[in-house]
Amino acid sequence: MFAYVIRRLLISVVVLFFATIFVFVLVAKSGNPLALLNANPHIPHATVVARENLLHLNDPLWQRYWIWLSGAIHGNLGTSINGQDVASEAMSHLFVTLRMVIVATVIAIFVAIFMGVLAAVRQGKVTDHAITVTNFVLLATPIFVLGLALKEFVAIPINQHLNTTIFYTDGEQSPTLSGSFLSRLPAYAEHPALPAITLILISYASWAIYQRSSMIETLDADHVRLARAKGLSQRRVLFRHVLRNALIPVTTVVALDFAAVLGGAIITEIVFGWQGLGQWYLNGVLTLDTNVMLAYLLITATFVILFNLLADILYGVLDPRIRYA
Amino acid sequence: MPEPAAQENFVIQTPERVATVEAGAHTLAGVGAGVELSGGDVHGLSGEAKSQFQIVLNRFFHQRLAMIGVATFVLLGIASIVVGHFWQYSYTTITNNLNDPPSWTNPFGTNSIGNDMFAQVMAGVEKDIEIALTVAAMATLIGVTVGAIAGFYRGWVDTLLMRFVDLVLVLPVLAVLILLSAKLSKESNNWLGLAFIIGILSWTYVARLVRADFLSLRERDFVEASRALGATNRRIIVKHMLPNAVGPIIVNATLTVALSIVFESTLSFLGLGVQPPAVSLGLLVDQGQDSATTEWWLFVFPVAFLIVLILSIFLIGDGLREAFDPKKSRVRA
Repeated sequence: MFAYVIRRLLISVVVLFFATIFVFVLVAKSGNPLALLNANPHIPHATVVARENLLHLNDPLWQRYWIWLSGAIHGNLGTSINGQDVASEAMSHLFVTLRMVIVATVIAIFVAIFMGVLAAVRQGKVTDHAITVTNFVLLATPIFVLGLALKEFVAIPINQHLNTTIFYTDGEQSPTLSGSFLSRLPAYAEHPALPAITLILISYASWAIYQRSSMIETLDADHVRLARAKGLSQRRVLFRHVLRNALIPVTTVVALDFAAVLGGAIITEIVFGWQGLGQWYLNGVLTLDTNVMLAYLLITATFVILFNLLADILYGVLDPRIRYA
Repeated sequence: MPEPAAQENFVIQTPERVATVEAGAHTLAGVGAGVELSGGDVHGLSGEAKSQFQIVLNRFFHQRLAMIGVATFVLLGIASIVVGHFWQYSYTTITNNLNDPPSWTNPFGTNSIGNDMFAQVMAGVEKDIEIALTVAAMATLIGVTVGAIAGFYRGWVDTLLMRFVDLVLVLPVLAVLILLSAKLSKESNNWLGLAFIIGILSWTYVARLVRADFLSLRERDFVEASRALGATNRRIIVKHMLPNAVGPIIVNATLTVALSIVFESTLSFLGLGVQPPAVSLGLLVDQGQDSATTEWWLFVFPVAFLIVLILSIFLIGDGLREAFDPKKSRVRA
């Protein structure tokens, strides 16, 4: 097991290395970061040349890659077009995004397991149909549509009706936030409510569908029939013999879905005006800010690889039948 | 990577991706059903011998939800074409009615520059279906080819191709799509280009499914038999193995159609997808979002059609999955 984890870790590093090459070429080919500067007639040519040299734009691609990579290994992701340090900017945006994503994912997992189990146990009955239909409708709703609909038709009417701001629809924190951490805590909890609900509803649906089919499959297994034949109570059969096994595939699906959740976070941040990592990345893409794009893709690729690794390890821990060669 | 154990109808077998293992079960069930029923005519009980294709089709047609999905999708497709040709307004027509609520002349109202929203929404549906079908065809073609080659030849070809798939899967699809479409939207506003970039990021899943299927299929007796008869590799792959893997491929192609509509509408919402004057549902949602509570018809109709369109495809996909593999969803005794 230990040797397996070490080997997977090494493979992950190799995959990450190749991913950085892939990403670097992709970003380098996406356009000239100085196009705007070039188009401006008031900026002297010497300035443009100076910026070109600063960004190493005239060096061959592999050399630029090497400069970037050796910086990245030491935690230096370069500077953005505005001259900001990309690494520290990325960290503060990452915090904003993770605040939303972690809360949403944890809640979505519990809701998905509960709904999936409920639907499976009541298979073919009204509860099952209601849950399944809801899940499919949610699955068919693009995240920006859900976010906009929640904002316009749920949050704003409720706020107007009650004449106070229950749901914050714009921004990740109040502009006039001051005072101690404890006095700011309610504001920290209120702002993520709506974006988190959006993310929860979207990710929950596919996990619940998965949990349901995994439950149904396990309910049919021989060991469950044996447990029933032994005369165990329904509750004991369900929790000790079915749910424990049915959770295994779902665990890995959740870990593997992390890339999709990060993608969803981009859209959620844009809809709700959060200054998170996704919004930052989109701005970077639109302004052709090479280092910002690279930083985002590097960070997300690292996260995805880590979660893939986690999925593989969890699979082995949860299911002892899996042997590592 | 640990080698997968023998393929079984178990979801929990290997630390490989769950879905790839599931794919093994698809084929086994599909082939089993075909063998069992095509020989059933010996006793003259079933009347006519049915091909496996007919059996699957029959199962598909007996699912209410899937049929609702098919009907909705076909209806939307036909309606979008008919409206595009015969409706009194084209989606580019500018009328004198600005921001009119729905009425008999403009069933979905008009927008702030006087476009008829009914024509716009239906043009959006047409564009979405066009793009989605192109993406699905392209992704399936690439994915099946890569997966079949990797699974059939194994060895270093397999390692190389699958490592590349791993590499593509490491990056969040949406982030890469944003990057590519931002460049594309500056250079042209051709929807084929948009379909192309969504397509080149959507084939990895099919490739994995087909590879997993092929790894188990290549060890089967009928493959060995046709090899003994002197069939070429190409013939074995195309004539003997692919038909046995067709179930998961079709199901996945359907899901790709739905997902590419999600991607396309998301990009259009961000202003990076379909560019005006062309319309797509995502673009219409983007244009209507600011007036969602005042001129509700600008927002509600595109949203409703977008959800119904994607939902109908999901229902078809789910029905196909059950038709190809009824064992997985049987009601427990």
